[in-house]
Amino acid sequence: MTTKLGRQTFAFQTKPVLIGHATVAGPKEAQGPVGSYLDKVFPDLVMNQASFEKAEQLMMKTAVEIALEKCSLSKEQVDVFVAGDLLNQIITSGFTALKVGAPYLGIFGACSSFCEGLFAAGLLVDSGAAQNVVSATSSHNCTAERQYSYPTEYGAQLPPWAQHTVTGAAATVLAAQGSGPRLELATVGKVMDLGIKDPFNMGSAMAPAAADTLITHMEDTGRKPGDYDLIVTGDLGKVGREILVELGQREGLDLSSNYRDCGELIYSKEQMENAGASGCACVAIVTLGLLFNQNYQRVLVVATGALHSPTSYQQGDSIPTIAHAVSIEFS
Amino acid sequence: MIFIGGFLTAIGVFDRIARHAGAGSAIPVTGFANSVVSAALEFKREGFVLGVGSKMFIMAGSVIVFGVVTAFVVGLISALI
Repeated sequence: MTTKLGRQTFAFQTKPVLIGHATVAGPKEAQGPVGSYLDKVFPDLVMNQASFEKAEQLMMKTAVEIALEKCSLSKEQVDVFVAGDLLNQIITSGFTALKVGAPYLGIFGACSSFCEGLFAAGLLVDSGAAQNVVSATSSHNCTAERQYSYPTEYGAQLPPWAQHTVTGAAATVLAAQGSGPRLELATVGKVMDLGIKDPFNMGSAMAPAAADTLITHMEDTGRKPGDYDLIVTGDLGKVGREILVELGQREGLDLSSNYRDCGELIYSKEQMENAGASGCACVAIVTLGLLFNQNYQRVLVVATGALHSPTSYQQGDSIPTIAHAVSIEFS
Repeated sequence: MIFIGGFLTAIGVFDRIARHAGAGSAIPVTGFANSVVSAALEFKREGFVLGVGSKMFIMAGSVIVFGVVTAFVVGLISALI
């Protein structure tokens, strides 16, 4: 039975187990530091599909299938399939859900979907009602570019604070019993907006949300950053992470020693474009690939997302953002 | 120049050049050709009529509109003077 701590944090009393997970990605991610942890690499961005959108669906479906295979579960044994992505009407998730065939809950948290999905899955399993819940997310550089910014061959010079959307997908299987990392707590974020209007400056827009969620998490749980081996944010990038550290300092939150950003971890220095990586898959691939293989005891994953659309910023609105945190324990 | 911009866009090279060239490739008509060709390429997946046909000017459209309106106004002024 899940209980509430403080204002925004939920504690999963049964600590649902991540009995299986899978990550897949494109060529650029494969050549980076998390490349060796990927379950499957797609050699190009089209993946022999009729469109980039279909390629992204293929990635999410593949991630789900590999994750289920790893814990010897069939699609029929999945109680609920929770999924979210960046595209309009979350078509990647919906079309993948059609192929998975399990009862489906579509979520939208933009790049915070990984943690939002884990929270929903955690609630379902911790309630005792669901035995196996699959949570998935994906992003594709070209589908994001063509929807949010420019046609993919357009010759625009991006500002140095822009980020590169990761091409990849990840799926996790959460169960009541089994062996694996355990979901301990989740802090559900509030939407924050400090007035950033530049859709190419996601890092600055999302840093306040990450700060608010982290500060609230520590207050709700009575913990300090040092209680975690590592705290990661999803995709604040070079610009956003500095802002987060400063915002944290003002509130007495010390992120100087064990905080990293997945947007900086997923690509090597030579591969880095502008301020780093972004996309739903960024935090998922780095967490499930890199962080799960490090002998940590407890990590706090704070996935950050921007809740704008091309319509909202063209109409002059600033960019509202959100960050959800999950605490994962390793035995 | 239009052909060069279009051709380089079609073979996938223009955007890489533009990353370094910046205004150097965007301001001349090569930039205009790139904006139309890249949009046409992108939206071919949505079909020739609703995709290519209606979206190929998604980047260049405002340049055309304001260019034509300005030319009209200037032409009118010059005709009246």
